[in-house]
Amino acid sequence: MSARSPGSGSQLTPYLQVAPLALLILALVGIPIGTVFMLSFWESDGISVYPAFTWQNYHDVLTASVTLSLFANTLKYAAIVLVATVLIGFTCSYFLVFYVRNLKWQIGLFLLCTIPFWTSNVIRMVSWIPFLGREGLFNQMLMQAGLISQPLDILLYSDFAVVLTYIHLFTLFMIVPIFNSMAKINPNLIEAARDAGANPFQILTGIIIPLSKTGIALGSIFVVTLVMGDFFVVRVMSGGQSASVVSAMKNEIDQLFYPQASAMAVLLVLVVVLMISAILRVVDIRAELAR
Amino acid sequence: MSQSTPTRRGADFYILAAFFGLFVLFLYGPMLMIFILSFQGPTGGLTFPMRGVSTHWFHDLWTSSRYGDLSGAFRRSLILGVMAMLITATVCLFAALGFRRRFWGAGPIFYLSIISLIVPGILLGLGISQLFQILGLRLSWWLSGLGAHLSWTLPFGLLIMFAVLNRFDSSWEEAARDAGARPWQVLRLVTVPILFPGLIAVALFGFTLSYDEMPRSLLTVGGKNTLPIEISNMTTNVTTPALYAIGTVTSAVSFLVIALAFAGIAVIQRQRSRAKRGKN
Repeated sequence: MSARSPGSGSQLTPYLQVAPLALLILALVGIPIGTVFMLSFWESDGISVYPAFTWQNYHDVLTASVTLSLFANTLKYAAIVLVATVLIGFTCSYFLVFYVRNLKWQIGLFLLCTIPFWTSNVIRMVSWIPFLGREGLFNQMLMQAGLISQPLDILLYSDFAVVLTYIHLFTLFMIVPIFNSMAKINPNLIEAARDAGANPFQILTGIIIPLSKTGIALGSIFVVTLVMGDFFVVRVMSGGQSASVVSAMKNEIDQLFYPQASAMAVLLVLVVVLMISAILRVVDIRAELAR
Repeated sequence: MSQSTPTRRGADFYILAAFFGLFVLFLYGPMLMIFILSFQGPTGGLTFPMRGVSTHWFHDLWTSSRYGDLSGAFRRSLILGVMAMLITATVCLFAALGFRRRFWGAGPIFYLSIISLIVPGILLGLGISQLFQILGLRLSWWLSGLGAHLSWTLPFGLLIMFAVLNRFDSSWEEAARDAGARPWQVLRLVTVPILFPGLIAVALFGFTLSYDEMPRSLLTVGGKNTLPIEISNMTTNVTTPALYAIGTVTSAVSFLVIALAFAGIAVIQRQRSRAKRGKN
């Protein structure tokens, strides 16, 4: 490796350049996560926390019957949202990459899908209220069409509303990586397959889906971690009727049970890491990204 | 939509286009609805029909004391957004330049940044706030709050800077050095100008991610709230179109920032393509 390129100066230069980031990430991510881990072994009485080393918090969390249902509920949300976002994200990317050939249109429509990322999730969630509510637009439309005689109550403040909001908030995290891997597919490959007599379905299953799996895997990691880390959508959109692991953790924090909340957080992170490594086992993202 | 391939448009094109159109409607429809509903008349409710058109609920936001310290929260969120933007752009520029060479500890720093994106935001908020507690420091929006925001904006900034540098040809820097430029001059006159559109993108992420951040802020801002926290409190307390009015205001700020960033990048790119054409 040449010492001059890229960048200049001595071997010390990269250390000086990376030092601010390294210090900030260590202080704001590494040490706080360590703090939560440490806290999960401390004791608390609901007023204050005390340094200790006890497995009691883990014991409490693991033996409580509610824990299993919390995890089951959270995984259920994650699974439904994952399937929906993969289907929607794949279809939209497929359309953008293979059917919109004009580059300006392609970039424009792609940006149209990503712009909501830079706006507030809280507001995007709130914006479903006038649509789904008892007197909301959807019920009004159904009544006017004569499909129902009474407004549906299950639209808002239900699991349905939670899942719909997740799909609304997180599909763009699927579109961006799938679009990226699809855009890298060499058009000659598809041309060659077509010349060899492959039908569109064979091209889809034989070329496009296998070559998009890096994007699907990356998007899945985003969506799974986002759904499993959420407490706010499930709290507001279920009207307090459903709970997820993090919303239960938030309740314990509100009651100042920090060690119990920390133990739950550690278990959740373990589950998330296991799921991510399962995804990475199926798709070697790093090898594919270097492609 | 695409004008270049009129020959290949079968039924599949129209089915997929319709699907895409529905998705865009799904993405923007609800937002559009609350923008309209925020102009409800004074007697209007949270849903249609509109009972007149007015800016009553916008006035209500700033004049009524029912909604807490909204203007203070708005100001704090803007300041935090600008601070996070400046720090993210600067720190990530240098870090990504450094990452081009091999150095000890590169892996752990990178993976720690990715971990920050994966763990639930509230967990990091809890960690940062408890760390402050243990160290005997007071929580404040401009220190612990800013730190929580940086734990969210820095990893994004780093990943985008990596993508930007992927397309950067370092022989430009080498040429400048060979011509006798000092490291500082190379950075100021060559590297930063070439990377500027990418830096605008990083700044856009830095500002908007901080400006809209809620889970990490919740436990770390101390006594004074940011705007997203105030708004999330309002979702459970406020049952008037004032909720939509604040949504319209904060979305307008976001859209303005997005438009400025896009326009900035477009202007630079146009100048560059013009300069290139002038040379040929």
